[in-house]
Amino acid sequence: MNSIQKNRLKDQLFKFWGIFCTLIGLVLLIVFIGDILIDGISRIDWGFITDLPSRKAEKSGIYTALMGSIWILLLTSLIAIPVGVAAAIYLEEYSKKNWLSGLLEINISNLAGVPSIIYGLLGLEVFVRIMSLGASVLAGSLTLSLLILPIIIVATREAIKAVPSSIKDASYALGASKWQTIWLQILPASGGGILTGVILALSRAVGETAPLIVVGALAYVPFAPQNPMDEFSVLPIQIFNWISRPQHGFIENAAAAIIILLLITFIMNGIAVYFRNKWQQKWK
Amino acid sequence: MATKMEITMEPTIHKNNTQDLKVNEVLQKKPPTIEVKEVKVWYDDFMAIKGIDIAIKPNTVTAFIGPSGCGKSTFLRLFNRMNDYIDGYKMEGKIKINGKNINKKKVIVEVLRKEIGMVFQKPNPFPKSIFENVAYGLKIQGIKDKNFIQKRVEKALKQADLWEEVKDNLKKSALALSGGQQQRLCIARTLAVEPSIILMDEPTSALDPISTAKIEDLIRELKKKYTIIIVTHNMQQASRISDYTAFFYIGDLIEYGKTKKIFTNPEKKQTENYITGRFG
Repeated sequence: MNSIQKNRLKDQLFKFWGIFCTLIGLVLLIVFIGDILIDGISRIDWGFITDLPSRKAEKSGIYTALMGSIWILLLTSLIAIPVGVAAAIYLEEYSKKNWLSGLLEINISNLAGVPSIIYGLLGLEVFVRIMSLGASVLAGSLTLSLLILPIIIVATREAIKAVPSSIKDASYALGASKWQTIWLQILPASGGGILTGVILALSRAVGETAPLIVVGALAYVPFAPQNPMDEFSVLPIQIFNWISRPQHGFIENAAAAIIILLLITFIMNGIAVYFRNKWQQKWK
Repeated sequence: MATKMEITMEPTIHKNNTQDLKVNEVLQKKPPTIEVKEVKVWYDDFMAIKGIDIAIKPNTVTAFIGPSGCGKSTFLRLFNRMNDYIDGYKMEGKIKINGKNINKKKVIVEVLRKEIGMVFQKPNPFPKSIFENVAYGLKIQGIKDKNFIQKRVEKALKQADLWEEVKDNLKKSALALSGGQQQRLCIARTLAVEPSIILMDEPTSALDPISTAKIEDLIRELKKKYTIIIVTHNMQQASRISDYTAFFYIGDLIEYGKTKKIFTNPEKKQTENYITGRFG
């Protein structure tokens, strides 16, 4: 076997190894989803979505948890998006590059890696106790907002960085102020990227369990929240609760709720991909 | 408004309404004077401009030539203060336009840039329609009068010799135009704000010869109304279109004079070596 053949062989071997590695994640995900579908799909009907939780597995629904998740999602968006985007704009367009901005930057990247349970403890201390919001939807949303802020900031900064500097130069050279340049050129041009980052961050928030448990979200709430100060539950906590029950019926319920939760995150990610592609076509 | 009047380059009026802009057009006939005294520029520790004195003549085309990295682009960007955003940038000396120091604290840089337009090396239209591109400079001034904007856009596109090619497609995306058309659109966009000075930073370096010729014709036409400073790497271009030429080398102004003289009988050896292609 000469050296060319040897190299060919290495090439082939690596190719198969690569395919194998790629498939590991994919196959496991398919197996998992398949398993969940088998367990839970028969349980999903309109009643499952609109029923309140109950002690009897076959009567229980996810209405309160679903409503709680939607409340959390909306409030978290309202809080985290304006704050995160504004912070990113400041860091990218206004702040001078010096040791302070360097420090801020490192801290934000680090915050993105802090375990979510720590955010839960922070939320418990600051929002639930000091600000005495109680175990409310608002306290939960504020906690999750903190959790996803770094993600939104990093994604928004990347999107803003991708706007060609020639566009900014052109705007400034025509006598536009910084604010006008940001509002009329930079944000429209980076909107797709920002939106993508925001949606991905929110879909992470929807799936979070640990920080909300610490903040005091309940496993059983007999009613859907009516205002931001109400107590709440969310889908992941409902799933967690059902899985820890011994009766088989609840396992089925958990699988069905997982399907709904996955559906929500897949739809959100789908929307993110759609907007990214649409924006790219428009601006490039 | 009193303080604002003081800092604007006389006798221009910068208020955000149409009437004033019409008055402005009449008053602006008086050509601007540009004087530069002892200007030095640093980027952190690197000295990019080492003390330059120059006076630019009104209603002429002045070409800045010199090898890459000689500081000519940096120098050009001083006139509309586009270097302000660069980290580590520091400047000393005076640049006076119509007798007013443009680096004084009370000068509003946005107002200065309406007076001094700029065309860049690579065509950089906004990802908007052709019309919106030209109207942008007016809209950011707060002008809402649709008729007025319409007229200005048409006038600017005609001045930039682009009107005939785009008049039926003003709503089309500017990015769909060819490179040469895009650069003329950028010139039209600059003209729509009615500046008195136009800075051009190698405006044809990304264009084919035919588009370049068109832009050069345009520059010759524009100098009747505007003072134009153009940075170019192309010796032939400098000799074709400019009245005066300034030769820069490593942050210094080596020679400045009538283009004819610089190209036929330069005083400095360095200038001669550069324009005859012996270095650079």
